[in-house]
Amino acid sequence: MAQKLIPTPSQTVGPFFHLGLDRPEWSDLTAGNPQGTPLGERIVIEGRVLDGDGAPVPDALIELWQANAAGRYAHPDNRQTDKPLDPNFRGFGRVATDAEGRFRFTTIKPGPVPGRGNSLQAPHINVILFSRGLLIHLHTRIYFDGEPANTADPLLSSIEDPAVRGTLLARRAEGSGSQEGTPARYRFDIVLQGENETAFLDL
Amino acid sequence: MATDPPAFARPRPGTQPPPLYPDYASTQKRAPKRPPIRFEHTLSETTGPVFEGGWAGPDAADLTRQHKGAPLGERMILAGRVLDEDGRPVPGTLIELWQCNSAGRYHHPVDQHDAPLDPNFTGAGQVVTNAEGGYRFLTIKPGAYPWRNSLNAWRPAHIHLAVFGPAFVTRLNTQMYFPGDPLLAYDPIYQSTADAAARERLIAQYDPELSEPEWALGYRWDMVLRGRAATPMDPA
Repeated sequence: MAQKLIPTPSQTVGPFFHLGLDRPEWSDLTAGNPQGTPLGERIVIEGRVLDGDGAPVPDALIELWQANAAGRYAHPDNRQTDKPLDPNFRGFGRVATDAEGRFRFTTIKPGPVPGRGNSLQAPHINVILFSRGLLIHLHTRIYFDGEPANTADPLLSSIEDPAVRGTLLARRAEGSGSQEGTPARYRFDIVLQGENETAFLDL
Repeated sequence: MATDPPAFARPRPGTQPPPLYPDYASTQKRAPKRPPIRFEHTLSETTGPVFEGGWAGPDAADLTRQHKGAPLGERMILAGRVLDEDGRPVPGTLIELWQCNSAGRYHHPVDQHDAPLDPNFTGAGQVVTNAEGGYRFLTIKPGAYPWRNSLNAWRPAHIHLAVFGPAFVTRLNTQMYFPGDPLLAYDPIYQSTADAAARERLIAQYDPELSEPEWALGYRWDMVLRGRAATPMDPA
């Protein structure tokens, strides 16, 4: 086997990444499609990024990657031919935190996607988090509290501590989405360190 | 299962920075304390955004022509390829770049360093790699600047680059440095990667072939992304 190249090390995005990476229009994953709006339930996810002192992180950038409402990723390696691609949904988003560490993005609720073997993964959004002070980005996932498929999800069911598992669950704001035309709002905080630390993934 | 997507290789020990590196003070309250949960790759990890059809916007690979006048500083070409660790080119992937100006000041409200802003330089660009994984930016050489990590701390001149690659797990956000910079020895961000050969990856090479006579200095720099993991069928 030929000698492998060493991958380039990660370096922090630092405090000035907005200059190159902040694209506020990418915080709405349902927008920007000339042909119309994507299929599925439109939702809003909002929360805060907090550090080990519980202080807001005002210079974090969150990237989102998810399947469409049918559970298919808009990517050539996803060959689930039984599920349709949605021409109006790319599945990628990006949002920066504000001065109080808050973020908010709009998307559609993803469908379940295949796991390894014959398993099925509950609906989830894949998350990358960058910030000053993170030399390498963090991976986590957003699942939806109360989703029946969560019990059989390979990642969630591998986490024994319910408190740790709970850090991956977005919680629906009471009463939200009940009015016609208003999206359901979900709450999802990301705690970088300490008590209530979010479950991050080694991928 | 034959239907499982091929996983991506895990980094070898020491070739990526750790979450906690106390010499870089900002890691102390932001690095997670609990070990991350190891999870085998699924479609969620082996797929990622595809930036075809101009979704990312037009190429903005020339940072010297974004304003009325020319920015101050040494004009430079930054070019190279995006490869995976098997040396295969990564075509059609988005690279985003940002940097400070030649005086060491970012066009950003948070940057209060007492150095002049350049009205002719914003310091942001983007390009999508070509079929050979190649990219090319025209910019000006960024300056060094002080930061408050420790007394008299200065960041070596660097350019921030972010690249996607084919999957969500190939995402890379990094910084490119210049050869021979005496500040590298003192920079905890650069030094945070333990493996010396891996650190060398972060340093561009001056390339006289890339320089353009009477116009701009050429620096060559390849970015290497994670490749596919070897399968048990591969010969050792």
